[in-house]
Amino acid sequence: MSTKTSNPQLGLGPTNAYKFKTRVLPFILIVALFVIVPFLDPSRTAYSLMNIIGINIVFALSYNMLLGQTGLLSFGHAVYFGLGGYGALHVMNWIEQSGADGGFWASYPVFGLPIIGFAVGACAGAIIGWPSCRRAGVPFAMISLGIAEMVAAGAFIFTSVFGGEEGISGDRMNGVALFNLSLGSVSQVYWFIAFWTFVGIVGMYTFTRTPLGKMAQAVRDNPERVQFVGYDPQNIRYLVFIASGGFAGLAGGMASINFEIFTPESLSLVPSGFVLLMAYIGGTKYFAGPIVGAILLTYMQSNLSDYSEAWLLYLGLLFILVVMYAPGGLAGILLGFWNGVTQPNATERLKTWGATIGSGFATLIGVIILTEVTVRYTNGFGEIFEPFGLHLPPGSIVTWVSCLLFLAAGIAGLRYSMKRIADQ
Amino acid sequence: MTSPVLELNNVNKSFGPAKIIQDINLTLEEGERHAIIGPNGAGKSTMFNLVSGLFRPTSGEIKMRGQKISGMKPHHITRLGLSRSFQVSNIFDNMSVRENVRCGVLWSMGYGYNFWRNIGNLKSVQERTAKICHDTGLISQADEPAASLPYADQRALEIAITIAGGADVILLDEPTAGMSNTETERAIQQIKSTTEGKTLLIVEHDMGVVFGLSDRISVLVYGEIIATGSPEEIRNNPKVKEAYLGEEADLPEVVS
Repeated sequence: MSTKTSNPQLGLGPTNAYKFKTRVLPFILIVALFVIVPFLDPSRTAYSLMNIIGINIVFALSYNMLLGQTGLLSFGHAVYFGLGGYGALHVMNWIEQSGADGGFWASYPVFGLPIIGFAVGACAGAIIGWPSCRRAGVPFAMISLGIAEMVAAGAFIFTSVFGGEEGISGDRMNGVALFNLSLGSVSQVYWFIAFWTFVGIVGMYTFTRTPLGKMAQAVRDNPERVQFVGYDPQNIRYLVFIASGGFAGLAGGMASINFEIFTPESLSLVPSGFVLLMAYIGGTKYFAGPIVGAILLTYMQSNLSDYSEAWLLYLGLLFILVVMYAPGGLAGILLGFWNGVTQPNATERLKTWGATIGSGFATLIGVIILTEVTVRYTNGFGEIFEPFGLHLPPGSIVTWVSCLLFLAAGIAGLRYSMKRIADQ
Repeated sequence: MTSPVLELNNVNKSFGPAKIIQDINLTLEEGERHAIIGPNGAGKSTMFNLVSGLFRPTSGEIKMRGQKISGMKPHHITRLGLSRSFQVSNIFDNMSVRENVRCGVLWSMGYGYNFWRNIGNLKSVQERTAKICHDTGLISQADEPAASLPYADQRALEIAITIAGGADVILLDEPTAGMSNTETERAIQQIKSTTEGKTLLIVEHDMGVVFGLSDRISVLVYGEIIATGSPEEIRNNPKVKEAYLGEEADLPEVVS
């Protein structure tokens, strides 16, 4: 890929046309997409899926501020999401209360709760980041894991703040209605989510373009050298950590309005792991990577789980495959595909890629038959796997022969075409 | 009376029982180009790490313009105007050449940990970055990823990052190591022009480079400075000949 887009006379960097294409146009497209979607008249299910996607996009991007931008591997990012969400939910309840007795929060719109989430998340980041950002690498990861466990366990103990096992719930239809949004229906919540998703994306993208954001990338690449250009890598990590916690809290604030409930589960290692998967599968090397990951994984979480109880197995498989074969994640694959199509000799390349995708698909079918038949056999309900009207019982020879055929043909095809790709 | 730019007083450094640096005394005057030579393992890089703050001396003190800098963190020393390069290219691999140089520029332009300004709109930063890229011959590759540069250009980038912040005390650790003759010549010309008027402390193996570039030379052997003087004095010093160069060795003629 050629990057010769600089302005030769000045030597001061990219041209205005290039800047527009890469830094402004994508955001215009996002706004256009957000505005067009409601005109397609989505169902309630589609609306609630999109709302969760919006929340997860902001959450995954905030995670990537650490992993992809600063090189910090955190296993406890849900802490900031959860604390931000709890903070917003408490304020939501205060707004309701103030509506009755005219208290301090009476004039604060529920629409602005993500700001509260941001503040709480950033404060939590400032407190927890102080000790943990003294170290990078493995110690940082271990500390984040320990803190996540500690906070989640603590949340079950302090019931007045976290509500014990049933958590804290609220009602979003209170207080001042900003932009005429009562936030009653899921389609109204859509506008709220769209607004804050956009704010989150723009905010975090802008951050990467600031001196601190650039120095964060320098710390990721080479913390030792950063010291010798006058910066303290610890301070850079700490400041990014606070910002990242803030944006995770923003996502938490969005979630508090969408779900109107937060439980201590939301602070635990499970969502912390899920956000890691979203960012990594999407591609941590690209700003847009976590967006791709958040869309795909949220979709898988809500839809694939309807089709198969083994969906987490497929998710795990996807994660392993990305780690092993596509370190650039899905965004890297998409970008590579785009470059392959737009550069010369595209047909030759597309043929081998087509073969790879075909073989991959055959392998996938084999894996699916194997998994689904086994799952149905072992859960003991006597269900039979019947895709597209086929009948594949675990005792039938047809089942296993077809499974093996798909696997063998797929893997052989993959080996052959991967070799071809490597030769190209 | 002005204090010397850099002053090392009885500096020692041990790692456990191993005494790497022993009682080093060294004084650098304003604008001086000072070379450190010595065989492998003599402690040259350790000495650089002590001066630049990566290591803390076991005893003794290091002063810069009268201010004690031993014990300070590297980024504090860098902010005082002392900048160093590394023997092994120590660059930001995944960033472009321009971004690499810009990392060196930012602090000195006062932008520090700024997170509310768009870096693309900082005109003075952009201009200074472009100038450094130009001076070090990297402008045509400014938008290439740093990791994809050929070796000699990575060395040039190493120096570009070092001088980007406008430091007036520059420490260069074997800037021409591993270069071909023509590349070395080009690198030396660039070092000369870009460090004009600055105080330079340089570790180098290439004797042609050392004798051509420096005003004074110190010879470091087994952690001790056995001689300091002008190239002429070092050339004729019998102790140096014996300890470092071997009796038979002929030192090259002074170039330029």
